[in-house]
Amino acid sequence: MSALPTPIARPIRKVVRRFARPVNLGPAERWLSAVAGGGLVLFGLTRRRRIPGVALAMTGAGLAWRGITGHCDVYGLLGVDRAPDRAVRVEESVTVHRPAAELYRFWRNLENLPRVFEHLISVGETDAKHSHWVATAPADVPVEWDAQIVADREGEVIAWRTSEDSEISHRGSVRFDPATGGRGTLVTVSLEYAPPAGRAGVAIAKLLGEDPKAQIHEDLRRFKQVAEAGEVPTTDGQPSGRESREDERRAS
Amino acid sequence: MRALCWEGRKHVEVRDVPDPEILAPKDAILRVTSTAICGSDLHLYDGFIPTMRKGDILGHEFMGEVVEVGKANTRLKVGDRVVVPFAIACGGCFFCQKELYSCCDNTNPNASMLEKLQGSSAAGLFGYSHLYGGYAGGQAEYVRVPFAQVGPIQVPDSLSDEQVLFLSDIFPTGWMAAENCQIEPGDTVAIWGCGPVGQFAIRSAFLQGATRVIAIDDVPERLDLAAEAGAETLDDSEGDVLERIEAMTGGRGPDSCMDAVGMEAHGHGPQAAYDRVKQTLRLATDRPGVLRMAIQACRKGGTVSIPGVYGGFIDKVPMGAAFGKGLTLKMGQTHVHRYLRPLLERIEKNEIDPSFIVSHRMNLDDAPQAYAMFRDHDDGCTKVVLKP
Repeated sequence: MSALPTPIARPIRKVVRRFARPVNLGPAERWLSAVAGGGLVLFGLTRRRRIPGVALAMTGAGLAWRGITGHCDVYGLLGVDRAPDRAVRVEESVTVHRPAAELYRFWRNLENLPRVFEHLISVGETDAKHSHWVATAPADVPVEWDAQIVADREGEVIAWRTSEDSEISHRGSVRFDPATGGRGTLVTVSLEYAPPAGRAGVAIAKLLGEDPKAQIHEDLRRFKQVAEAGEVPTTDGQPSGRESREDERRAS
Repeated sequence: MRALCWEGRKHVEVRDVPDPEILAPKDAILRVTSTAICGSDLHLYDGFIPTMRKGDILGHEFMGEVVEVGKANTRLKVGDRVVVPFAIACGGCFFCQKELYSCCDNTNPNASMLEKLQGSSAAGLFGYSHLYGGYAGGQAEYVRVPFAQVGPIQVPDSLSDEQVLFLSDIFPTGWMAAENCQIEPGDTVAIWGCGPVGQFAIRSAFLQGATRVIAIDDVPERLDLAAEAGAETLDDSEGDVLERIEAMTGGRGPDSCMDAVGMEAHGHGPQAAYDRVKQTLRLATDRPGVLRMAIQACRKGGTVSIPGVYGGFIDKVPMGAAFGKGLTLKMGQTHVHRYLRPLLERIEKNEIDPSFIVSHRMNLDDAPQAYAMFRDHDDGCTKVVLKP
């Protein structure tokens, strides 16, 4: 559907979401099924002979629906799944005006990370490779998970994955590449996690919010602010004429 | 404490609000000794800058005495007498290191809002809408100065408040606007708008080596003030400005032209009326009458410098003329920090006394009247200094 213009795609997507079951068709087969089905509907409806025409159109409609939803009942019965790999991948970068080695050191001391990641409460390093994370999504109970560092090259990259029985299941990495012309460091975070279907998927989706890319963008902005400016800018708690009005209301 | 709050279009009020507190390690709190109303505050007053909220404290030209510092602020100490730049800079990012302080990456808490509008965020500003960070301003008894490690400059007791206060904005703004004109010896500079920034720009242009400055406005006291500085003046209510500038420059045009008016140009004639209607109906955000003239008047290969504030979209800008004449356009918020030290030295050497611009001194409590007076140029008002 992604190839259709938004005003057309949006209502279709809405209906599809309402009735859809898990995708088990590959992308090429989905398109073929949808296009051939649509053609068959037109062909059937324009036949002179009514009964065979309607029969053809109905078959076509079935095929088209199969293509649009990406779900095939027959495949479902046979246990066939040709859907593409469903892991969600998010990647986001920021250029920071500090040397890679320094940024790596900040990040590698995992206990620093709650300073920049909005929903992280604490990170405890249990040993050189293992750590315990606690985070909370807005208006939700805290979730905890264990993570293990799987790649670690000083000043270049740190990669991790969560242990298998974690409530929050994902793999991730942060790369520190020299920015063009030696002007600081390009910091790139990649995350890969299951879509919000299973329990683990739902938990991480809540943490990353409706727009995971935007959430990571804001977290990386805070990382840059701490690295370059030494603090995150804030106006929380500053005076305004608004507080005084609330005070007045409370007093009266 | 008492503070001037924005309450809506053409409505400001002095209210009792809580005192500011240290909120971040590099903060400082000042007891404000003098603060001024800036021409750009009038864009807020007239309701043309989006994302203002009722109760926001205004003011970005202020100075005072340090009364408290954050634990990471090693540069300032209690008792220091300082002037604060209107733009807030972190000092550590790529842009601060290039001395493009008003482009600072890290001081706007609402960076994502501005990023969506203009592609990337800019520095936070005091008292200048939530797009620019929503920082409480300095038209108040006390003000919190974030990143005070970087911005404020200590000033000697030998100079009065009124001599140094304008280092916070309009003197550096006029100076940078003149610098943006890329003045060479023998140059003629035409400056539209003889408000406070225009006045500093006129004087800065001469200090930077301009031979002639042509100053354009329609307020007699402001034209007089321009003439005192040595400018040739043009009253734009007395006929076609472009024709007269052409005649005055032997048909060649000024080497550089400056728009020190910005988004609320008044203008005359049908095009000005058209701009006003569009802005009122919110079909356009800004009225670019002066910018059009500056481009039209400028000589081939010349420079148009734009210190006047623009906030959104403009219409019917003669891009063809700008291209056809090979003009350079330079603009933007002032990188105040860059100019503090050198301009303070010029004040100390008595090359310029910025207090010439002050026409009215009033109590902070009278700020609402001061806004109206400044906006309507009543009583020869060129600049109001408020005393908290």
